[in-house]
Amino acid sequence: MSKRKAATVRSQNPVVRVLLVGVSVAFLALFLIVPVIAVLSYAFSRGFTVYFEALRTPDTLAAIRLTLVTAAIVVPLNTMFGVAAAWAIAKFDFRGKQILITLIDLPFSVSPVIAGLMFVLLFGAQGWFGPWLNARDIQIVFALPGIVLATMLVTFPYVARELIPIIQLQGRESEEAAVSLGAGGWTTFFRVTLPSIRWGLLYGVILCNARAMGEFGAVAVVSGHIRGLTTTMPLQAQVLYDEYDITGAFAVASLLMLLALFTLIGKTVVEALGARRRRA
Amino acid sequence: MATAKAWVSPSVLPGFGLTLGFAGVFLASIVLIPMAALVIRAGSLPLEELWRIATEPRALASYRLSFGASLIAAGINAVFGFIIAWCLVRYRFPGRRIVDAIIDLPFALPTAVSGIALATVFAPQGWLGQWLTPLGVQVAYTWLGVTVALTLIGLPFVVRTVQPALEEVDRSLEEAAESLGASRAMVFRRVILPTVLPSLATGFTLAFARAIGEYGSVIFIAGNLPMRTEITPLLIIIKLEQYDYLGAAALGLVMLCVSFLMLLTINAINGWRIRRAAGRR
Repeated sequence: MSKRKAATVRSQNPVVRVLLVGVSVAFLALFLIVPVIAVLSYAFSRGFTVYFEALRTPDTLAAIRLTLVTAAIVVPLNTMFGVAAAWAIAKFDFRGKQILITLIDLPFSVSPVIAGLMFVLLFGAQGWFGPWLNARDIQIVFALPGIVLATMLVTFPYVARELIPIIQLQGRESEEAAVSLGAGGWTTFFRVTLPSIRWGLLYGVILCNARAMGEFGAVAVVSGHIRGLTTTMPLQAQVLYDEYDITGAFAVASLLMLLALFTLIGKTVVEALGARRRRA
Repeated sequence: MATAKAWVSPSVLPGFGLTLGFAGVFLASIVLIPMAALVIRAGSLPLEELWRIATEPRALASYRLSFGASLIAAGINAVFGFIIAWCLVRYRFPGRRIVDAIIDLPFALPTAVSGIALATVFAPQGWLGQWLTPLGVQVAYTWLGVTVALTLIGLPFVVRTVQPALEEVDRSLEEAAESLGASRAMVFRRVILPTVLPSLATGFTLAFARAIGEYGSVIFIAGNLPMRTEITPLLIIIKLEQYDYLGAAALGLVMLCVSFLMLLTINAINGWRIRRAAGRR
């Protein structure tokens, strides 16, 4: 250790700097970049025609449809929940608020497999409501409702989590002014609150959607892996991989990766727009 | 009405009943009732039966792997996540914004995708596996592979909690220490580390908690040999596939307890951080 007395304050040793940046980039390359390149290169390893053919098989198309349908149900519901919860928590003072916030965060710390297990224990053949549902010929587990419920639980906190701090930061004065000037509740929300939270809301929706479309563990438990019927895209990738259909598996994976890239880009753009708005 | 007043302070804003009611009903039906179902189902077992299932050799082996690999992965992330956060906050280098953006990739990338990608790359004939196998390092289908997968998914937790804390470190304190003759290492140990430590601990715990429950990115590279490379979430799924609902519920309860413990730990660290921030002022 050279004990240079601080001639230049906040001196940065260039060697240390290059070393640390190099270590960071190498670490990220190994853990993040290599898998990404691997997905693309295996997906296209047998050419574009094979790639697109792999995506056009009926089972894969059905998986894409199921994933889209699931997200189309889950994301709006969780968004409504997030907005409602954020409004109640940020605009009012009531007892038990802290407990409510903790409970909303709960799904973040529960393993996806446990999330799926809960619904099997409720609605599965030997579950609480299993016999009742069976008698009425209603399928929840190993069918769309189970997949939707499991996905909903896993993605539950995303929108609320983004919105609560933003709405809290805003205070209540604008809304109180609007209401005292005679605006109704909905008008106040759509004209006063929504414009100022829209970037945060969009951010939460983007994250919620990414997780909803990509969820694996929770859905794997409740899906039953019925090909063409209850396999979402991540499960379809698994099914194909287990059958040694490497091109097919990575073709599906490449679509999911595209989703991840769009999510990252969307997130970056929304952050930039939000930052510009705050400065203005 | 008097009790209602004591429970919620009055406000001119509308919609309290509607929003809290909707949020409450939704929370109860999606999260709380299913969770209660798990706890009650596992709780219906006699205690000694529950203990027997939770401590059978195959379950113990799975805990060892899940906890051990998660601990190592969170440790690796604490070290490298800190270095990455440091570079992002303190240095300006080409590609910095891209690095900043891809840190979140594990949040956005479906776990099954990283799972099959890692398994293929580290397989004995894979891109990296073919170089490692001659060296006697077997990553795929061993505990090492599990650790690699868990490191990938835990990385953003550390970086994203340490980054804001590093930004808050008071540079004037560092300058003061340096002008008084402290070496760079001493400044790091006495000025920077104490400020960042609670956040680093939070990031470590978050990464660890996430790793314990992780399933998708692990099962492809793990090989899933009973007693050797079988993580606890996988063991739960195996029990479910054998229609052993009670066994699955028992192991699920164990994992749920671990999750609560993690949540309490994170809250305790947060309390520590707030107390220290208040103490500094």
